[in-house]
Amino acid sequence: MTQLDGVVKPKTKRSKRFLESRAPKLTEDVKTTMIMKGGNTSQTVTQALKDIYSLKKPNAVLYKKKNITRPFEDSTSLEFFSKKTDCSLFLFGSHNKKRPNNFIFGRLFDFHVLDMIELGIEKYISLSDIKNSKCPEGTKPMLVFAGEAFDTDNDHKRLKSLFIDFFRGPTVSAVRLAGLEHVLHFTALEGKIYMRSYRCLLKKSGCRTPRIELEEIGPSFDFVLRRTHLASDDLYKLAHRQPKALKPKKKKNISHDAFGTKFGRVHMQKQDLSKLQTRKMKGLKKRRGEVVVEEQDVQAPKVAKVES
Amino acid sequence: MAACSVEQLLAKAEQEEAEKLKSVSVHKELDLDFDVGNLLACDKNRVESRDFRQQKKEDFLRSLARDNTQLLINELWKLPTEKVEEAIVAKLPDATTPLPREKPPPKPRPPTKWEQFAKLKGIQKKKKTNLVWDENAKEWKRRWGYKRANDDTKEWLIEVPETSDPNEDQFSKRVKAKKERVAKNELNRLRNIARAQKVKVPGVGLTPKAQQSKDELSRAVSVAKTSTASMGRFQDRLPKEKAPKNTGKKRKFEPLIGDFSNEKQRQLELLKVLDSKKPKLDVTKAVNKQMREDDREEAAAKHKKGAGKKGRKGNMQGKGRGKGGKGGKGGKGRPGGGKPGGGRPGGGGGGKKKGKPGKH
Repeated sequence: MTQLDGVVKPKTKRSKRFLESRAPKLTEDVKTTMIMKGGNTSQTVTQALKDIYSLKKPNAVLYKKKNITRPFEDSTSLEFFSKKTDCSLFLFGSHNKKRPNNFIFGRLFDFHVLDMIELGIEKYISLSDIKNSKCPEGTKPMLVFAGEAFDTDNDHKRLKSLFIDFFRGPTVSAVRLAGLEHVLHFTALEGKIYMRSYRCLLKKSGCRTPRIELEEIGPSFDFVLRRTHLASDDLYKLAHRQPKALKPKKKKNISHDAFGTKFGRVHMQKQDLSKLQTRKMKGLKKRRGEVVVEEQDVQAPKVAKVES
Repeated sequence: MAACSVEQLLAKAEQEEAEKLKSVSVHKELDLDFDVGNLLACDKNRVESRDFRQQKKEDFLRSLARDNTQLLINELWKLPTEKVEEAIVAKLPDATTPLPREKPPPKPRPPTKWEQFAKLKGIQKKKKTNLVWDENAKEWKRRWGYKRANDDTKEWLIEVPETSDPNEDQFSKRVKAKKERVAKNELNRLRNIARAQKVKVPGVGLTPKAQQSKDELSRAVSVAKTSTASMGRFQDRLPKEKAPKNTGKKRKFEPLIGDFSNEKQRQLELLKVLDSKKPKLDVTKAVNKQMREDDREEAAAKHKKGAGKKGRKGNMQGKGRGKGGKGGKGGKGRPGGGKPGGGRPGGGGGGKKKGKPGKH
């Protein structure tokens, strides 16, 4: 963590375990988020922060007090807090005359700001404003991005990656199909970003896959893009680098073709075709002066199809 | 009649099927990009802003979301499922969207000085059993820690060696020795960390030692003397005390005009070194390098030989030793180690002697 890393030895098993939990790992834990507010916040921003916290709940820390910092000018205090609580995502809300109802979404790599994007809230409907039944806490949401801006514009691309990182929740190997309830829909349209949160109702359709009906549950935002601070390409690449141990080992002698057929290379002894007993027919009888084409027959069966 | 009705029925059924499919199928110009591992879908289609303005905003967004979600759900329902505790669970593939890591991947711990040396010499770790036989208690006890076997701190009587001072407290001597060893170990640990991080090794001047030499003592004195606010400027000298040696270099300058021949000689020598294509040979360094190489080769050869001869069998023996060796004082371990050990005394002794030239 610091330059004094390892100099002070943990004195108890418990503190050792704690340090190990904070140390870099091969397969990482779920990213935790810290949600904090700046020196001045409006009612909207405070409520919105609380709503986002309730969406993220098990993996988030809500800071209750004001923190008078400006992340775009000086990110040291953010980095300090991230080290304290071991968070690598943050959401910072503030409100002032120049930038009313301001959100800063960001993420950190190795306790340094990787990228952060400032979004202004134009319109906001709270979770409690819509009176209906909500999704249970900690539901892994389905994320949907719509709009070509998310694929063409550089800032929007990064914002999409940030939103995926921010809202995707824990990585799981399996998911209960009936539990797919929550949908977060992001639409980029006419320079604005519409974030809507829906509850997904699975209706009978007559066939196996159900028909979907959506019901808005809030919070919903209309965002405008303000300032951005994006990581340089080098750093961004570095942050994406996967350790060698995680990469799947390449299996030898197996290949796939364009249709997904599996090919295996099988090595076998050269077949002695001279002793091969074929059906005896008069027409196929060996005539004098003709060379039997043997070589082609030998090479052909080397690559064999493997059923899988 | 009957045939007609069958045809009608079939057509009807087909229609129904199509209708059913209609309710779950969505038409899009461009296909969506799915990352099912993250439950993620990306719609690249252009969103018609005209529709957006004409319709009610919320309704338009909801219908767009519905279509996209339906497609995502269709994709999810294609996954292989299984039943776990009364719930149908779909197995998710690995996520394909690259996302940055939280922290850089863990680095392997840099080897300590001992580990480096052991690798050079081909010394392998030996596993010691946890339990050992305690002769006095007639019991199996732990080798280390609380209630350990053959605990020398619990002895109530220690024989005073003939050579030592009879008034010396042997108990406190033992305690002190232990403390020294602990301190030395801690210092080595810190040195290893410093070496790994390429920081200057702290406190090389005065390391704790059982017996300090005259040289070290004099250096300790000089360090103590200069450790004042005025860097030892106002410290008095003892009578007959010699000036401290090796306290940094003093710069020397040649006179501006004077010995030309000397200067010429030096310049020529410098040019000679520069001119010759051959690199200057540092004899000590070269000798050290050669010796390291030899050691490494020897270790590699030994390792190979051991692996070739014993292989798995050797390992098995090691395990067996753990069980059998408890009673037999580890006597079994000897024959196995005898062979490499036989070669070692010569090599080890040589290593010690060799170690010196490179020490400065």
